[in-house]
Amino acid sequence: MPKTPPLVLRIDGVTKRFGALVANDAISLDLRAGEILALLGENGAGKSTLMNILFGHYVADEGTIAVARDGGAPEPLPPGRPGAALAAGIGMVHQHFALAESLTVLENVALGTRPVWSPSLRLGEARARLGRLMAESGLAVDPDRRVGHLTVGEKQRVEILKVLYRGARILVLDEPTAVLTPGEVEGLFAVLRRLVAGGLAIVFISHKLGEVTAIADRVAILRGGRKVADRPVAGASRAELATLMVGREIAPSRRAPRAPGPPLLVLDAVAVPGERGRAGLDGVSLTVHEGEIVGIAGVSGNGQGALAALLAGTGPRPGGRATLRGAAIGSGPGAVMRAGIGRIPEDRHHEGVVPSLSIAENLAIESLGEPSVSRLGFLRWGAIRARARAAITAYDVRCPGPDAPIRLLSGGNIQKVILARVLDRSPRLILANQPTRGLDVGATAAVHDRLLQARERGAGVVLISEDLDEILGLSDRVGVMVRGRLSAPEPVEGLTLERLGLLMGGSPEERAA
Amino acid sequence: MDAVLDILLSASFWAAAVRIATPLMFGVLGALICERAGVLNLGIEGIFTAGAMAGWLAVYLGLDLWSGVLVAAAVGASLGLVLALLTVPLGLSQHVTGIGVTLLATSLSYFVYRVALPNVSSPPRIQPFAPVAVPGLSDLPFIGPALFGQTPLTFLALALFAVAAFVLHRTPLGLGLRAVGENPAAVESAGLDVHGLRIGAVVVGSAVMALGGAFLTMAAFNAFFFEMTGGRGWICIALTVFASWRPGKALLGALLFGAFDAFQLRLQHAVGGAVPSQVFLMLPYLLSIAALCTVARRADYPKALMVPYLKGQR
Amino acid sequence: MIRFEPRARASLALIVGARLAALATAFALAAIPLAAAGAPVGRSFWLMLQGAGGTLFALTETLTRATPLILTGLAAAVAFRARLFNIGAEGQLYAGAMAAVAVGSGAVSGGPLLLVPLVLLAAALAGAALMLVPTVLKVRLGVDEVVTTLLLNFVVLLVAQMMLEGPLKDPMGGGWPQSEPILDQAMLPPIVERMRLHGGFLLGLLACVVAHVLMTRSVLGLRIRAVGENATAAAYAGIPILPTMLAVGALSGGLAGLAGASEVAGLKGYLTADLSRGFGYAGIVVAMVAGLQPLAVVPAAILVAGVFVGADTMSRTVGVSNYIADLIVALALVCVLVSGLFVRFRVRIA
Repeated sequence: MPKTPPLVLRIDGVTKRFGALVANDAISLDLRAGEILALLGENGAGKSTLMNILFGHYVADEGTIAVARDGGAPEPLPPGRPGAALAAGIGMVHQHFALAESLTVLENVALGTRPVWSPSLRLGEARARLGRLMAESGLAVDPDRRVGHLTVGEKQRVEILKVLYRGARILVLDEPTAVLTPGEVEGLFAVLRRLVAGGLAIVFISHKLGEVTAIADRVAILRGGRKVADRPVAGASRAELATLMVGREIAPSRRAPRAPGPPLLVLDAVAVPGERGRAGLDGVSLTVHEGEIVGIAGVSGNGQGALAALLAGTGPRPGGRATLRGAAIGSGPGAVMRAGIGRIPEDRHHEGVVPSLSIAENLAIESLGEPSVSRLGFLRWGAIRARARAAITAYDVRCPGPDAPIRLLSGGNIQKVILARVLDRSPRLILANQPTRGLDVGATAAVHDRLLQARERGAGVVLISEDLDEILGLSDRVGVMVRGRLSAPEPVEGLTLERLGLLMGGSPEERAA
Repeated sequence: MDAVLDILLSASFWAAAVRIATPLMFGVLGALICERAGVLNLGIEGIFTAGAMAGWLAVYLGLDLWSGVLVAAAVGASLGLVLALLTVPLGLSQHVTGIGVTLLATSLSYFVYRVALPNVSSPPRIQPFAPVAVPGLSDLPFIGPALFGQTPLTFLALALFAVAAFVLHRTPLGLGLRAVGENPAAVESAGLDVHGLRIGAVVVGSAVMALGGAFLTMAAFNAFFFEMTGGRGWICIALTVFASWRPGKALLGALLFGAFDAFQLRLQHAVGGAVPSQVFLMLPYLLSIAALCTVARRADYPKALMVPYLKGQR
Repeated sequence: MIRFEPRARASLALIVGARLAALATAFALAAIPLAAAGAPVGRSFWLMLQGAGGTLFALTETLTRATPLILTGLAAAVAFRARLFNIGAEGQLYAGAMAAVAVGSGAVSGGPLLLVPLVLLAAALAGAALMLVPTVLKVRLGVDEVVTTLLLNFVVLLVAQMMLEGPLKDPMGGGWPQSEPILDQAMLPPIVERMRLHGGFLLGLLACVVAHVLMTRSVLGLRIRAVGENATAAAYAGIPILPTMLAVGALSGGLAGLAGASEVAGLKGYLTADLSRGFGYAGIVVAMVAGLQPLAVVPAAILVAGVFVGADTMSRTVGVSNYIADLIVALALVCVLVSGLFVRFRVRIA
């Protein structure tokens, strides 16, 4: 190997605590010019906290970040100044693009690069420079097209071009392939290789093992806020990386054995078009039996949203056949609920509850027309409050009382209210979409117990989750979603972490890297 | 049918069309500047009234006409600043705040007018802007009187359109304004000041709106009346949507509207008493609603219109 | 840089305190133009208070003026709860008044038990029908309801003028554009002897109680609150958005229509084109001052009416324009809006 390329970024002993939670625990990381460093880790491993510190959105409790210019000595980056990273030549491409859709590509790139009061945009100059950048990097986009008309892959190119145009020497990409088609991923990788050959340093954040091994020179793995590995990619097997990323034995299943009942939910070649860069459903087939929990694993944005919308009644009418106990699933939340599906939404604050309404009102809101809640158009407040009090006791909701606005509750307690609302209707099928995301240990256990009890009682459960412990601990069978496709669910007993990791990172047969 | 042709072929009709369009030109341009930056300025009707009163009063009290125009613009800018501070850094509802500013500006104008002139029965008049005759050009058939028989304020409106179009499309400032109405996050990540851009746009836009009001008292009616703005502000808001937030289309929209209004006024005379005059008078409002409905489905709203950008809350 | 930190819980004292502080600020700000106009500020405010409630006559005048404001304020409060910004109460008021006159001035004959309810019903239906147009345009086409309701206000006023010169014109009116009078048996009876205060005030009180019960006790009320607060979650929970919005629109328009009936059949006895003195717009202020709470609409309307009536008296004595009342009311709206921030957030300036 020739002489070591110069250091461009040094993260040294960065620690960040949120209350009792240590999000980053003494993380140190070096980045050199011309290399691609993959930052690998599950959700909650501390990747985004670290990036937020780098870009000045958070201030680290301990540790420093230093940036070196042109082979010089690293100079510390002032903490908590969002503009500082940008000025020091660090650019980031987020999963959610920060583009103005009605403006052209050229305008988006030029935005903010000239003094606001200057009388001219010098678009000609900008166009020439952008053209050179495109030629050098291989990132081709028509500079005069409106960004709103571009594909997701093209928008990503614009974001990268924006960073390059500002002369960045460090490019941070957050899950850049989550929204791309396989062909686009290949194209992106080719571009990244050219860029590092030109001396750029890249941080590539991902959970996809196949991509990490395909593109990165070095991989740093975060788990539970600590750096657990920092090694060259060469010679690392995917299985090894998967084990390091997940970093634990599979938790023993908490399920009691139970013979599944007759088929309950049957999806046969169901297709839903994708939306705004998120995958739809591409010929998904799935059977869920009574008394069975089927876990749906996968990196978010691979069609889980479309599956959840289908079962929640909020999505478009699908192609293919979707039946519950032999009858076609209707569309609209009301029809779906009447058919016996209970829904735990992914975003509990946005879809799950109405914040200023009381706990009792939020509990009643799905049953407004029913005799248990209303008579002749008027609410039966006695019954509603009694039910709320019973639910608060039964589900151990910590709250001032049934009349308190639900926005005062913690996420865990809000989730318990939603759980009570869903389960009180004795649904035949339960859609649980990320049911414990962001919850503490106690609330998570409570949610798990309730889902297992529902399974005991004979309900079927579709459990969509990014938490592998949860999937493996609760499910009878597990399927993995990748780009709108669902792998045939396999019994959890025969499943290894390695196999799950491989399926999630794009199945080996689909993408040999 | 002959009556219609007579109207369309008369030079006075085209002159009237441009004259009626002038306040709308100011209003729609002001609304457009605010909305391109992401702020719906429903203070417009009140700002019209305040501009009309302030400009007129300044001249009545002895200032020259152009100083009156400046006073009107300054009053509009101040009211715009109030609206901007409430809706941009504080993030209050643009709908309700706008109505509040309209009520505030209107009542303040009436109050000041009454205090300044406690004992008048009929509204006193001022010497208004006179039409500018451009030698040679003013004598051209149709186009002459329509374009070159107008007051300087009409030319000011046209010039402002040109300036606005240039700034919006050809300068870094304009690029920032267009971006901040689309995606403030993009502006923020490009290192620009989201709130500063928005507040500036609302202040400037409101000053332009106020000139529309000033035209009414300083070039059209020569005096200030209560309720003289007659919903012109609301019509401008509708026209802005109709124009897809583009300066060129906005100018065209204002001119078309002026032509329509001039036409209905003349038709009203031609028809005589056969049809109640109110039927004609309500046409502009109905036309505005119809215009809103026709473009509603495909309206290309600035994506961040009416979406406050509050950092501490996300 | 200003930071907003959401407040976990706002006590009733804080809510009421912030509202009162906002009103006090509005009066304090109004003192500036008042002083600039050369009026003695303290004496002017004292005279306003006297004029609004110093005598039985003053008090009944204030309550008479509050009557349409209760109904238009309630119309705004109910609609704003569902985030349906109905700024068209002014027009709906005239629509209601026209319907009341059309039905109550002799087209139908009968006793008060038939005619009074009929007049009120006609007015409510007219107001409701008018508001359904912007509601449908909003929900179906996404047309901003603020602009459509505002524009419709002008249209309706012109229709009213047209009617007063045409079908509704009183042939005995001596050429004045005014309608035929409402029959005596269709009039809302006075409720205080020799004063102008009429049954419309009781109607307003009743409407507030009914609206309060509706909003807090009925399925529709819960739906309205849910849709207004978080339409996504409401739709997720199976609440039908369009029917809920139509119901709110009809309710709001109907209430504003009743305000029109109350004015013609309670106070004036006939319709003129200057029936409303901006009651529709003042209703928005009433609703905001009341925090969109139906029961709080009554004190808020009385307060706003008191400002108007008191300012008339003050104006006559001190010789300062009574437009100071409009100014105070507008300032109150802005101040109450800002005060809402202090209730919802801790505002920190860093």
